[in-house]
Amino acid sequence: MAALRNLLQWKTIAKEALDRTLIVTKFLCILHVTDKYLCSSFHVHGPSMYPTMNLKGDVLLVEKFSTRLGKLVPGDIVMLKAPDNPTRTVTKRLLGMEGDQVTFLTDPHIESSTKTLLVPKGHVWVQGDNLYDSKDSRYFGPVPYGLLEGKVFYRIWPLIDFGSLNQGLWK
Amino acid sequence: MGSRFLWNVTRNVLTCGLIGLTISDRYAGIAPVRGLSMVPTFNSGHSTSERSFKDDRVLVTKFCLEKYKFTEGDIVVYRSPNDYKEKQIKRIIALEGDWINVPNSFETLKIPRGHCWVEGDNPTNSVDSRSFGPIPLALIEGKVTHIIWPPQRVGKVEKILPEGRLISY
Repeated sequence: MAALRNLLQWKTIAKEALDRTLIVTKFLCILHVTDKYLCSSFHVHGPSMYPTMNLKGDVLLVEKFSTRLGKLVPGDIVMLKAPDNPTRTVTKRLLGMEGDQVTFLTDPHIESSTKTLLVPKGHVWVQGDNLYDSKDSRYFGPVPYGLLEGKVFYRIWPLIDFGSLNQGLWK
Repeated sequence: MGSRFLWNVTRNVLTCGLIGLTISDRYAGIAPVRGLSMVPTFNSGHSTSERSFKDDRVLVTKFCLEKYKFTEGDIVVYRSPNDYKEKQIKRIIALEGDWINVPNSFETLKIPRGHCWVEGDNPTNSVDSRSFGPIPLALIEGKVTHIIWPPQRVGKVEKILPEGRLISY
């Protein structure tokens, strides 16, 4: 009799443990899906997007669906995996889609060093806002669209610059 | 009673979908192999490139994406550099820093940093690095480790490296 009671007790404990684990699992899964398909935050630092972003580093909100649906337009600030280092994520400004002609300065100090080329199929042209200190398409060429991770749309830190980004085309 | 039952079913389906999606994104998923580019490793019984139910299904693991550590000979799934909606399955022939003999020419090429050279096992029927050059490792979405369908071909995928492609110093 006592053994049966003991067994029943264990059964309730096991059931409760299972329920709790399921709740935690569900929560983690929701976090992952939100982060991957909807929106995530990203801490950016480095000088390449100065003056749009601060030199000391900003925390940005990045939405993921524009990239997935192919709704990006030139002028958007995007987050992408660096083509020369897959573990590094960088932010740059999208300046040309496939089939566009882009003109850029090979050396930002010399006005006449312009070069024009056609962005190949499935690729995009990305550049930092800080022409003098940015490693971007001028250095590694057009990048495959598949490297893009999301579009930056909001800055949440520092609080003084809190607000949406991507207003208007950058010249 | 009816609406409660319906609600329960919907909730369970949603939960399963959520967990399934997370597992296939983070740990491992199943992908069909289309086309003839990987014959004889995959789809060896095929004669056309039409998609059919007889296509091989393979297990794609994602653990390699944490550090992007690969070795020559691994079979990987990656997003095509020409079309981000298309995924391709090919074998890595060379990694960053390797020198490779470019097929059908007398050139040798050094694979740039963060890139790799991918080719199909069936050179006559494959669109790969021979047409678009080295691809960034960041396009890779997973490593193919096992064939899981059809039943008679279930098994581990072998690491094979074609002879005489890499130049060693």
